[in-house]
Amino acid sequence: MSSIGTGYDLSSTTYSPDGRVFQVEYASKAVDNSGTAVGIRVSDGVVFGVEKLLISPMLLHGSNRRVSTIGRHIGVASSGLVADARALINRGNQEANAWKSTYGEEISVKVLTERLASFAQVYTLYGGVRPFGCALLLGSWTEAAGPQLYMIQPSGEAYGYFGVAVGKGKAACKTDIEKLDLESMTCEEAVVEIAKMIHSVHDSDKDKEYELELSWVCRASGGRHQLVPAELRDSALAIATAESSDDDSSSDDD
Amino acid sequence: MQRTQQPIVTGTSVLGIKFDGGVMVAADTLGSYGSLARFRDLRRVRQAGEYTLLGGSGDYMDFEAMLEYVDELLLEDTTLDAPPSYTPRELHQYLARIYYNKRSEFDPLWNQLVVGGVRDGDVFLGYVDLQGTHYEDETVATGYGSYIARPLLREAYRDDLTEAEARKVLEDAMRVLFYRDARTINRIQIGVATEAGGIDISEPFELETDWTVGIRKH
Repeated sequence: MSSIGTGYDLSSTTYSPDGRVFQVEYASKAVDNSGTAVGIRVSDGVVFGVEKLLISPMLLHGSNRRVSTIGRHIGVASSGLVADARALINRGNQEANAWKSTYGEEISVKVLTERLASFAQVYTLYGGVRPFGCALLLGSWTEAAGPQLYMIQPSGEAYGYFGVAVGKGKAACKTDIEKLDLESMTCEEAVVEIAKMIHSVHDSDKDKEYELELSWVCRASGGRHQLVPAELRDSALAIATAESSDDDSSSDDD
Repeated sequence: MQRTQQPIVTGTSVLGIKFDGGVMVAADTLGSYGSLARFRDLRRVRQAGEYTLLGGSGDYMDFEAMLEYVDELLLEDTTLDAPPSYTPRELHQYLARIYYNKRSEFDPLWNQLVVGGVRDGDVFLGYVDLQGTHYEDETVATGYGSYIARPLLREAYRDDLTEAEARKVLEDAMRVLFYRDARTINRIQIGVATEAGGIDISEPFELETDWTVGIRKH
């Protein structure tokens, strides 16, 4: 890497001569190296899927979740350094509580995204701190605003998306998402698509085991962020594995 | 700082009774401003979490503040894997701690609360007030109801009271309160908690009244 040894990457207070802040780019690397996280905005809600790479076969199933909830109505899928993501999500919960006690209604995912992005951005300005090594996907569904999906990067940038993917398999997932007809798709269909995507981008040679985390905020869940029901998750996973083994056998024939 | 206060908009009696397999809580929908019948649609029987009924008399603002405290507690407890786990019994104790703490700061939440619910076969009915006094019983009443309605509830209570019988007991007691308490209206709500049915709080409905009882026949 060209940044190493130049002295321009030692602090996020220093620009490189061509105008880059290498500490922020390193933080983005932490995100690119983590398990894939996908968020899709469809007609009746937002669906999240995370490829949670397991560091040990002895981990309790469902531990160290990488999907979490802010308030009750905003879903968050994280990628990158899990501990950094948790710190950002805790801040998100504080913001959501403060908003609720001041205005008596739930914070919108748009406002929350802006505030968290500003919070993350501050960590790119000072010598004593480092940028957050994580990206967050935030989604919600309300009757008034419909489905909404945002992504916050370590730089403090945040954008709204129809579909977004981060982590190791983001490139392949993005091409898959672009092929989908998101306007007419339902959350139940999106769950299957995400399971397929994550299963196909998982590199079983490099990474051993993974756990698929699937969650949604949608009309069916009453605007609350919930894990996708176990039966639906299992059937989606079954479809995904069946399809990939079909691909394997056909490629063997060639 | 002078913090000792007085109730402003108030709700009158709340009644609660256990029956075989559940609990029932009743209150009218009047918000009084002193003796003025100011608000006619204040809902004072509420749900907290998945399993608990909360009925509140006394200051309505403080009642709403209490609901927010409870909601914050339940929010902290919300995880993706399980619904909020607080039992009615635990919420009753939590509220008693809050109310005792607030009275100790000379800044009480000016309420008398009825807490009821069922969780894992444990049918619970309890009382909490602005001093932090709290207890559990088969029947509970607040305000004027603790003088007028509570003896009626005690008399009517049996272990094997059915839901329909309990409803009749509460409606009759609410009717007596409507006749004798000058801070009521005959528009009430009844909340029911059972293991199977969860929480069901009725829309407000009117009690039939018969005033001929007080008319002198010549």
